[in-house]
Amino acid sequence: MNQEIMRSTVVPIIYLLSTILFIFGIKQLARVKTARRGNTLAAVGMLFAIIGSLLELGLVDYRWIAGGMLVGTIIGAAFAIRVQMTSMPEMVALFNGFGGIASALVATSVYWDVVVQRAPAGTVYEALGTDEAITVMLSILIGGITFTGSLIALFKLQGKLKKGQPILLPARHYITFGLLFASFAFGGLAVAAGASDSVVWVLALAAVSLILGVLLTIPIGGADMPVVVSLLNSYSGVAASMAGFVIGNPLLIIAGAMVGAAGLILTQIMCVAMNRSLLNVLVGGFGVTDGGSGGGGSDEYTSVTSCGPEEAAMILENAESVIIIPGYGLAVAQAQHAVRELADMLKARGTKVTYGIHPVAGRMPGHMNVLLAEADVPYEELLEMDVINPEFKNTDVVIILGANDVVNPIASKDPTSPIAGMPILNAHEARSVFVVKRSLSPGYAGIKNELFEYDNTMMIFGDAKKVLQGLIGEVKDL
Amino acid sequence: MTLGPLLIGIYVFVLAGFVGFEMITKVPPTLHTPLMSGANAISGITVVGAIAAATTGAPTVANILGALAIVTATINVVGGFLVTDRMLRMFGKKKKPKALKPGAEGVAAQSREAVSK
Repeated sequence: MNQEIMRSTVVPIIYLLSTILFIFGIKQLARVKTARRGNTLAAVGMLFAIIGSLLELGLVDYRWIAGGMLVGTIIGAAFAIRVQMTSMPEMVALFNGFGGIASALVATSVYWDVVVQRAPAGTVYEALGTDEAITVMLSILIGGITFTGSLIALFKLQGKLKKGQPILLPARHYITFGLLFASFAFGGLAVAAGASDSVVWVLALAAVSLILGVLLTIPIGGADMPVVVSLLNSYSGVAASMAGFVIGNPLLIIAGAMVGAAGLILTQIMCVAMNRSLLNVLVGGFGVTDGGSGGGGSDEYTSVTSCGPEEAAMILENAESVIIIPGYGLAVAQAQHAVRELADMLKARGTKVTYGIHPVAGRMPGHMNVLLAEADVPYEELLEMDVINPEFKNTDVVIILGANDVVNPIASKDPTSPIAGMPILNAHEARSVFVVKRSLSPGYAGIKNELFEYDNTMMIFGDAKKVLQGLIGEVKDL
Repeated sequence: MTLGPLLIGIYVFVLAGFVGFEMITKVPPTLHTPLMSGANAISGITVVGAIAAATTGAPTVANILGALAIVTATINVVGGFLVTDRMLRMFGKKKKPKALKPGAEGVAAQSREAVSK
């Protein structure tokens, strides 16, 4: 076919199809029944987009393109197939970082090609056009922030970097605003500079954007990482959109803008679930009291009762209803299969077993649902907070597995507490509460959990999986 | 009124943004992670830009940057969609009759053990 018709008609139609597939894909991803199909539709849309871009190029030297795609596919697939369900949040953060740096690299490549290689005599805005020159700089800035921000989020999710605790530099707000200002200045200087002088400014902009990504993410606590990853996802969409302006491709502009907006809304939904404002999350330092005491009372535990699996099994023996509350500890201990085994044994004895899922349990919304689904726990048994909260009063036993802040009654009692107003699961209303936990160390909010001192609470210290295996053994012997 | 390419681009950007806002309204918490991960894979669309940036075989700076962009964007796309599918597959699993394949179950459990060690 004539290459001209191909470029002017066929390729745009393919891009349009791709756009439509993305829209239906995202739409369906937001409904449980259609989610998987939605993901497939979006993937097909991406395939169309890639085919379209190859057709648009016509006959060129494909070796670098093919090589790059092959390497990327192998690395991406290897990560995706080998990652454990418990590490999904980290994986999403990592992929997001790659997306961000890709947009920055595209912009830098276009800049280098058009300005440095082809028009070394003129200025940047003459060679690229002012609009395109500005979007190149924005692409580099946003892409760079997304890249290092995502990597820091990844390390925090893994519990590295001060175990995910916020890192607060002195005068960090001034530093951040100063660097943001500097990045705009470097970008402006680069646009106005002559081709050879601009390289320094572009490199300076790239360096500052990478530093900004780090500085914007380190003050945020590990528990808030889901929100941050979601926000960075939104940024990577905007970065892709900017890259679309640079190469003059509406498909990138549309897909990037949709992901940017959808990511922002999702971020907002997550913030609402935690009863925090986005600004409050981003300013960071949650759980670290900058001075003054956060919440009355001492942080020492005075009257904690603990027991072993045998005693717990005896109480479970007579329970008619049991609610299991999973948290990040379950994921760490890889205890999702053990918990289902225990639930199956209890159900076989006629006990009613359900799961109470807090919206922000784990390191990412839906984290617990994914884990328990992996262990074949029926979807209907996982109840959301609003549904399960009225049930606790009539429940015999609650088993809390590696969750902490999401069951802390202080959230609704003490307005000065760092987690004041956060909706919690009312586990304390049940007749008996077992808390399976490795130690009395605080959760991400960094505060003591007064539930542990309640009369109806008993701690079972240990790794969630080992404790559950002990319980399974005891229940078997009943 | 004639719109230059930049203004058309801005129109498209703003309107697509509204589409994005409208699509995500009530999302059950279960789907927050997969939705984020799927949207993240779509932001790998920048691979199209990367392909356009690495079109000659010559080892110039622009080409090397373009090729790097292809690698990273492809990781984002392929990994993102695969990982999302893996998560969603967990939700879609049929409740299989337990007694059907005890052997397979055992093997799966063993391999899980091996992985977790």
